[in-house]
Amino acid sequence: MRPNIHVKSKVAVVGAGLTLFRRRMLETPRELAWEAASMALESAGLTLKDIDCVVIGTAPDAFDGVHLNGEYLADGAGGINRPTVRVYVGGGTGVFVPIAAWWHVASGLCRTVLAVAEEKMSPGHPHPQGVFAYIWDPVLERPLGPNLIWIFALEMRRYMHKCGARKEDIALVSVKNKANALGHPAAQAAARITVEDVLNSEVLVWPVNRLDISPVSDGAAALVLASENEARRITDSPVWVEGVGFTLDNTHWYNRELGYPRYVQYAARMAYKMAGIERPWREIDVAEPYDPFDYKELHHIEGLMLARPCEAPKLLKEGHFNRDGDLPTSPSGGLLGVGNPIAAAGVMKVAELFWQLRYEAGARQVKKPVHRGVAQAWGDLMQAGTVIVLGN
Amino acid sequence: MSRRVAIIGVGWYGFKPAVPDLSFREMMFEASVRAAEAAGVDLRRDVDAFVSSQEDYWEGVAISDEFAPEPIGGVLRPTFTVAGDGLQGLAQAYMLIRTGYFDVVLVESHAKPSDILTLDKIYELALDPVNVRPLSPSNPLFTAGLDAVAYMSRTGLEREDLAFIAVKNRVQGLRNPRASYAARISLDEVLEAEAYIYPMTRYEVAGFTDAAITVILASEDAARRLTDNPVWVSGVGWSTETGTGALAWHEWGRMKSMRMAADMAYRTAGVKPSQIDLAEVEDRFSFMEPLTLEEARLAPEGGAAKMAREGVFSPDGSLPVNPSGGSLAMGVALEATGLARLLEAYLQLAGAAGPHQVEASRALVASWRGPPTYTSMAVILESGDAL
Repeated sequence: MRPNIHVKSKVAVVGAGLTLFRRRMLETPRELAWEAASMALESAGLTLKDIDCVVIGTAPDAFDGVHLNGEYLADGAGGINRPTVRVYVGGGTGVFVPIAAWWHVASGLCRTVLAVAEEKMSPGHPHPQGVFAYIWDPVLERPLGPNLIWIFALEMRRYMHKCGARKEDIALVSVKNKANALGHPAAQAAARITVEDVLNSEVLVWPVNRLDISPVSDGAAALVLASENEARRITDSPVWVEGVGFTLDNTHWYNRELGYPRYVQYAARMAYKMAGIERPWREIDVAEPYDPFDYKELHHIEGLMLARPCEAPKLLKEGHFNRDGDLPTSPSGGLLGVGNPIAAAGVMKVAELFWQLRYEAGARQVKKPVHRGVAQAWGDLMQAGTVIVLGN
Repeated sequence: MSRRVAIIGVGWYGFKPAVPDLSFREMMFEASVRAAEAAGVDLRRDVDAFVSSQEDYWEGVAISDEFAPEPIGGVLRPTFTVAGDGLQGLAQAYMLIRTGYFDVVLVESHAKPSDILTLDKIYELALDPVNVRPLSPSNPLFTAGLDAVAYMSRTGLEREDLAFIAVKNRVQGLRNPRASYAARISLDEVLEAEAYIYPMTRYEVAGFTDAAITVILASEDAARRLTDNPVWVSGVGWSTETGTGALAWHEWGRMKSMRMAADMAYRTAGVKPSQIDLAEVEDRFSFMEPLTLEEARLAPEGGAAKMAREGVFSPDGSLPVNPSGGSLAMGVALEATGLARLLEAYLQLAGAAGPHQVEASRALVASWRGPPTYTSMAVILESGDAL
């Protein structure tokens, strides 16, 4: 990629919508997608007729239990009689959907794009974790019968060891995010809890306790993106896409330094370069790092270069990342608080930035003035980093 | 700001009903290394982004994009997958280059249906779980038969007209080294073969093939620097008519998504259908070739089958259609099917098609994602000297 200062095709986010995030929604995946899509359109004052192209995101097809899941969701996502595509980078898909929508507009091929992500995890039997039995290398790993939480336990343990972080330091993320989610109308797991509650919750795979993990969720989220001309017509307060970045590391997660997410750093560098950001720790006002597990938020804050490696637990304890702190992270409540319908959770994070940058987040609005925010998602076998920088 | 996009190299591997000696990852690697060699680029240094097109259920892996980066050179680089046809992946690469931030983008797609023990069951899982799957259709591709019948009744075509397409393509494939299903067959043999999906017999439905295809695209600046004979991607289009859960909204006997995709490609290319002199188009079912030609405005409504019988679409006709033999001769390579059509059109325009070379300078590539979807893609390619 090359930074190209001559290209002036600016892209804006002009609308956002979100369904409730819940353990078991009765709507079908198509209905969930349409609920979010129509909310996003309504918030932009548009109808489906005004949309040129559609981008769909959903993580493993196996959750919805439908092959060619993008085709199945197409009509629900508004993909009727128009260019529609589904992009896919595992858990990183959520933030990747608006990234793909960005290039649909920036290329000049589409003026308005509806970006929709949906996930329905609850139909998985006996537990949605079962789907993750099929993500491994079929020859080397699958015969060992690994569980997804095992490898997160390895990664968390590595992070704790490398950074000298204690369980109680990390549990603070869960305390912060679940409390932040109390102000979120779609939240599934908002709660006022203490560090002791996290430490005393059931151990799943040491050092991961039940309250260290985001819940299983159903839900959908959607955004409307538009070219500069369209955006100026639609709204007085567009939120600009200033930078995008995405990186995929190799399949062999067991050969990696698990203590630092290099792929996130590479993706962040790409996005910051495009946005002209040189000192992200000072130039970013609000961040939505991916937090399916509490240690992951710290891990990703470091990957996003918002803190030095191993510095995040200390800054967290000092209140740096609180909603009224210097650099609020996951003011939405994140995946730990709002819920984790995988791809939809990533779009929820970008939607939160959209609301924060328009000062529309209500009870969740951060204290400090905001100009720029970064959202990030992560996925695959500790492998994918997707980053988007928005500004007002 | 309009920036031209070129193909600077392609690579492929397979095109056999079974490739038992290589895994899908090794096939991706072979295709990508060959494309890099053809384009004269170093995958680890010169490529700005990587796109792989694949679907989880075909791979038998949940989150199959985990396996995308290594074989194509995309490790720790901007790499992503499109859960769709290779031509949808190509459209993403086209747009990335048009943003001005990317110079060289690699697009890959692969298929290994020979690894799939229960292909019918996988297709069945693509049917709507509430309205269609409970019907347990004995052939999950049955929607193609409904479309074929509706198309025949709308246009007055006979079974012989469709059977002729199977004869034409399977015979044309005899000159293509990638056409495993090519055969010297007669109209009677096609008509008398066992029924597969009414009104089509076994020879009118394409088989499956293992293949990996990699295409390297570049901006005009980069293409001028890297190659002397670029083939230009002057237009792209893709469209979805309706979701697989909303078949009631499909207009039976037509392929509206193909019409919209082709129109978008013509529009982005600034080209009229009459300027096209080669077509590599969808033919996984015999009726799809004439229907695609009509939807893409290369033949009048209901007129394509007659033109085929008159020889207009033969390799020495005025508009060669599928001189490669199409999917009927080469097989369906799942999500790589669209890129297979593109590969053949590219080789024609680059003058590298070998025994089945035809004279052409501007090609329409059109493909459909296959049942039960209503999504199609189109691309317009131009050789360096097209005017």
